[in-house]
Amino acid sequence: MDYRTVLTTCTHCGCGCNFYLEVLDGKVIGTIPCKTSPTNEGKLCIKGWNVHEFIQSEKRLTQPLLRKDGELKEVSWDEALDFTAKRLREIKDTHGADSIGFLTSARVTNEENYLLQKFCRAAIGTNNVDHCARL
Amino acid sequence: MTNSIAELENADCILVIGSNTTSSHPLIAMRIFRAKQKGARLIVADPRRIQLALMADLHVRHNLGTDVALINAMMHVIIKEGWHNQAFIDERTEGFEDLKKILDAYTPEKAAEITGVAADDIIRMAEYYAKAKAGSIVYCMGITQHTTGVDNVRTLANLSMITGHIGRESTGVNPLRGQNNVQGACDMGGLPNVYPAYQAVTDPDNKKKFESAWNAALSDKVGLTVSEMMSGLSHGPLKALYILGENPMVSDPDTAHVEKALKSAELLVVQDIFLTETARLAHVVLPGATFAEKDGTFSNTERRVMRVRKAIDPVGNAKADWEIIKEISNRFGYPMEYGTPEEIMKEISSVTPSYGGITYQRLDGEGLLWPCPTTDHPGTKFLHKDKFVRGKGLFYAVEFKPPAEVVDEEFPFWFTTGRVFAHYHTGTMTRNCPTLDSEIHEGFLEVNPGDAEGLGLRHGDAVNISSRRGLMTAKTMVTDRVTKGVVFMPFHFAESSANVLTNTVLDPVCKIPELKVCAVRLEKVA
Ligand code: SF4
Repeated sequence: MDYRTVLTTCTHCGCGCNFYLEVLDGKVIGTIPCKTSPTNEGKLCIKGWNVHEFIQSEKRLTQPLLRKDGELKEVSWDEALDFTAKRLREIKDTHGADSIGFLTSARVTNEENYLLQKFCRAAIGTNNVDHCARL
Repeated sequence: MTNSIAELENADCILVIGSNTTSSHPLIAMRIFRAKQKGARLIVADPRRIQLALMADLHVRHNLGTDVALINAMMHVIIKEGWHNQAFIDERTEGFEDLKKILDAYTPEKAAEITGVAADDIIRMAEYYAKAKAGSIVYCMGITQHTTGVDNVRTLANLSMITGHIGRESTGVNPLRGQNNVQGACDMGGLPNVYPAYQAVTDPDNKKKFESAWNAALSDKVGLTVSEMMSGLSHGPLKALYILGENPMVSDPDTAHVEKALKSAELLVVQDIFLTETARLAHVVLPGATFAEKDGTFSNTERRVMRVRKAIDPVGNAKADWEIIKEISNRFGYPMEYGTPEEIMKEISSVTPSYGGITYQRLDGEGLLWPCPTTDHPGTKFLHKDKFVRGKGLFYAVEFKPPAEVVDEEFPFWFTTGRVFAHYHTGTMTRNCPTLDSEIHEGFLEVNPGDAEGLGLRHGDAVNISSRRGLMTAKTMVTDRVTKGVVFMPFHFAESSANVLTNTVLDPVCKIPELKVCAVRLEKVA
């Protein structure tokens, strides 16, 4: 039996409560609020107490999908990534950098937001990047 | 937020406006409870009788979209009674005379006509807030999601400045960010007009700096906002859209319009953890990882940067989102060589002055509140201490404007949207938590008992709701949480999506759509 706890930050609202995710044999089984956290001081709301439940949901996407003959089909990472990069390149070459847009996310990390806007600005060459903060 | 979350509990007057704090930010609501216990006065301004209203010293239910009239009238009273802070106004601000001029007309009686709030209540609000030693304002999307969103925000800033309730411990203006890492997405330059740390793309010095940091030629043209991208897709100039972890089919106004836009894309890439309504329309879907499956940082609504730590490997063949972006960039021909998110953070702190002193090592423990420019800087608990970012605080003289769509004979009910306690945003995550899903499983429409009777609606009856943009059906919830003439619907539920009905009209300055007000018609399903 391998039981661990990992201190992290809640993803369900802007309060940013800290808790320990309980991991048993590679499965996330619960949350324990962090008492020393300045934001939540050992408390969580109902969304935080149950945040682990969606992580290993059966409905998670586990394989890239590519539309073929009108339908989304499972493909390898190589195929999906090559397709994406190639199409972005073609569209940039035909219609120009400003014909491509990016929506980054309030739900991924700072590092990922940074990387996507960098890709958009430095690789594609457009400032067409926004997110749903207004919504 | 101009203050840290913990400071709220030491405020002696809190004005909550346009925030259903107990539902959307429960652990910030906890600080409000504590402040109340310590004797603070709580004023809630919300058209609905939200949970916080039940414990408020004063709850006013102003008509939808009349925030400017309400706050202007508070300021009218404050100035008339001499409760304003002249010393603060003289030393720290400019533009007061212009504001004062327009406030003349906003007598409590005139505002009562517009807002539906009794003149006496407006006077009490003004007195409680102005006479407090440490007054704090808390607001959320109920203030910003209007065509007058920027006006609303400026008016609240005016209120805090005429009373000097800003720039000190436990006083300030505290917008609660709607989503967990919106703060971070903005800080990191996820905006069409700025690089990380709000450095304008139009400034040649910034452009030069980032061109050398990123070793690439950059554009100095401001990019498109979300709403402009959607119309760009429908009308042609935009050909491809890459969506990371967002679900505009549920979160954006006028779903029919969004669907048409997304379907006209030559290339739609969606990177997400579930097959969302948006992902179903994609040409390629890339399975990303949840916060439990990767390392990184989030920045919460009080500007605190905190660690996210990997607890398990990504499920199945899913991948951490930073790795996906890196691999696409490499294949595209712009090499990225990060081995870990920590290496990305090193680069972030080198180009982002407010994150300059942030390292993973320093984040162990309580995290750090930016601005944190150097590695020996302790972080910043509250903003605008001795001066505002621009030097002097500027008053904007803002006049009341009605919402873009108002009720009429054909669409006689005011319609507004929001969240419920068990769910978060488009429900992508929370509706897949069985415990939360069993708390609230489906969408509903709150209708006042008086209106329900008039329409022959009983609790649980199916009701057709139509607006100028669409039609949908939901179950009726008869409740006096809403006043007569107003109906409310949560927006988490794709199958009864409030945003089929909402209005896409934008605030002219910040381009926020008016999700919080539109006009609808109700009919009992026969
Ligand atoms: S535990 Fe609740 S209040 Fe805290 S961050 Fe998560 S959702 Fe927000």
